[in-house]
Amino acid sequence: MLVQLQASTTMWDASNWTRSRFEALGWALAALTVAALAVPWFLWRDSTVVAGLPLWVWWHVGWMGLASVAFYAFTRYGWGVGVESADPAGTETPEVSRDD
Amino acid sequence: MTDTTIQLGIVGGYMVLAAAIGVVAYRLTDRTAEDYYLASRTFGTVVLLFTTFATLLSAFTFFGGPNLTFAQGPEWLLVMGLMDGIIFAVLWYVLGYKQWLVGQRHGYVTLGEMLGDRFGSRLLRGLVAAISLFWLFPYVMLQQKGAGQAIVGLTDGAVPFWVGAGGITLFMIVYVAVSGMRGVAWTDTLQGIVMLGLIWAAVAWILSAVGGPSAATARLAETDPEFLALGGGLYTPEYILSTAISIAFGVTMFPQINQRFFVARSQKVLKRTLALWPVLVVLLFVPAFMLGAWAAGLGVTVPENGNVIPAVLNEYTAGWFTAAVVAAALAAMMSSSDSMLLSGASYLTRDLYRPVTDLADEEPTLPPRASLAGRVRRSLLALAVSIGRLLRSDRDREALLARAGVVVFATLSFVASLSAPGTLVQIGDTAFGGFAQLALPVIVALYWSRTTRWGMYAGIGGSQLFYLASVFLSGVPQSYLGGWSASVVCMALGLALTVGVSLLTSASPDEDASLYSVSGVDGD
Repeated sequence: MLVQLQASTTMWDASNWTRSRFEALGWALAALTVAALAVPWFLWRDSTVVAGLPLWVWWHVGWMGLASVAFYAFTRYGWGVGVESADPAGTETPEVSRDD
Repeated sequence: MTDTTIQLGIVGGYMVLAAAIGVVAYRLTDRTAEDYYLASRTFGTVVLLFTTFATLLSAFTFFGGPNLTFAQGPEWLLVMGLMDGIIFAVLWYVLGYKQWLVGQRHGYVTLGEMLGDRFGSRLLRGLVAAISLFWLFPYVMLQQKGAGQAIVGLTDGAVPFWVGAGGITLFMIVYVAVSGMRGVAWTDTLQGIVMLGLIWAAVAWILSAVGGPSAATARLAETDPEFLALGGGLYTPEYILSTAISIAFGVTMFPQINQRFFVARSQKVLKRTLALWPVLVVLLFVPAFMLGAWAAGLGVTVPENGNVIPAVLNEYTAGWFTAAVVAAALAAMMSSSDSMLLSGASYLTRDLYRPVTDLADEEPTLPPRASLAGRVRRSLLALAVSIGRLLRSDRDREALLARAGVVVFATLSFVASLSAPGTLVQIGDTAFGGFAQLALPVIVALYWSRTTRWGMYAGIGGSQLFYLASVFLSGVPQSYLGGWSASVVCMALGLALTVGVSLLTSASPDEDASLYSVSGVDGD
């Protein structure tokens, strides 16, 4: 299997930088929202029971399903944001390939 | 007694099956260290997902956790969901993907190796390994204790604690030593599936016996109405957040989890695993923890030192089924411990033993210095070099030593488990908090190229010392600002120290920040 490290020096410019910063911020906010509402704080001290389980348990179960969808969307559209570096310092060897 | 025979037969049969898988994996294992520790970085989605998942689970899933929800109400499932399903998943990307990229590029096997290389510091590498082993040990001990208690509970004391815990330890040593990471991962996959299947079967069986979830919840509403209301008692917002944050960050620094960040075959595997994470957490913990809470409404009595899940199963299901669930719980405990032993051994050999033996190549002479510090340093280095020469023969010894490390580690923690102080949850919490202290300095190092060696020493050392003080010294408070745990406060301190000291110091010539600057790698 051929593994390639893509050279990114050439793609590097200011507009790319701004765009990736905004993207990273957007995904970070999304992650924060997903985390913040995993516990339904607005149901604090509520003890309503629906279909055999407290309502807050149902909220949690549903929210975790939503989190899964959000994570899936991230892997499709946001993967690499903030982690893969387009920093020229990282591309001293522009193309590295090796057999795995 | 026949019941005991059947129960031991089920537990024993399951162990033999897991061992058989380990042996098959052994036949596929190369004799290299990378294959032994990392299965040559070739894990696919299902295996990576289940091995990480099964490794995360422990005696806590079936014993400690349900015991907590039995006593305090089911809110722990929220803590678990937020912790393992969401915060850990985000860290899976932030730390895991980054570490995977860096590891692919430079061939790292352990966290200490990755940090030591970047900061040009053997001391940092050894420090991270030593801290990790320090927290890992009580945690492995806790798992053995859980296993011993489970077998005592299952057989009503016919099998004594030391035989149960000792048997499990012996069994684990054999298959970890033989099969390495591949065998561990394959048995983890089996164990993960077995656990998931059995917990749902247990819930279905008990609920059908008491007339469905509505009836079970109605009985809980009569005996403990407080359990159905969100929050209250133990569960304050500060408790829920502190616990979830501290444990989620701690999990990423557990050697056996952190090492899994290096083993995925491709990005695709990492991506699929991320998306499946929250669902898997809900599927396992909601039934397990609700069962513990429902048991409170059913008036189940739990024997002293016993656990609520076997107790409720004994009352409502067949004896063989209780045995099967206890076997699954032992599987959960083993699937954590086997990986811990393996990773612990790799930290021991690669980060502590090998750097010392490698010193044998070096000249012990340093330029003479008049200062006391210089002289102390020179004598320490000379001592390390002589130890290194004493231990060194050739590289073959590393694989042998890794296996010896597994045996020694498991035996010592077993001996410690015989007189283990404190409850399962207390010891577990201490270890998670200890590991959590490593996470923020590591994240800073991975993402901020201005991080310096001294920043890392200060961040890691300072937070560890403060956290240790809060755990062991009664004068240092356990909670701050209306209920935030010491662990979270220490994490903030570690972050501040890492960043602050990095800003105040400059990088030494042998630090290389460019090592962590990686672009996307397409591994498929």
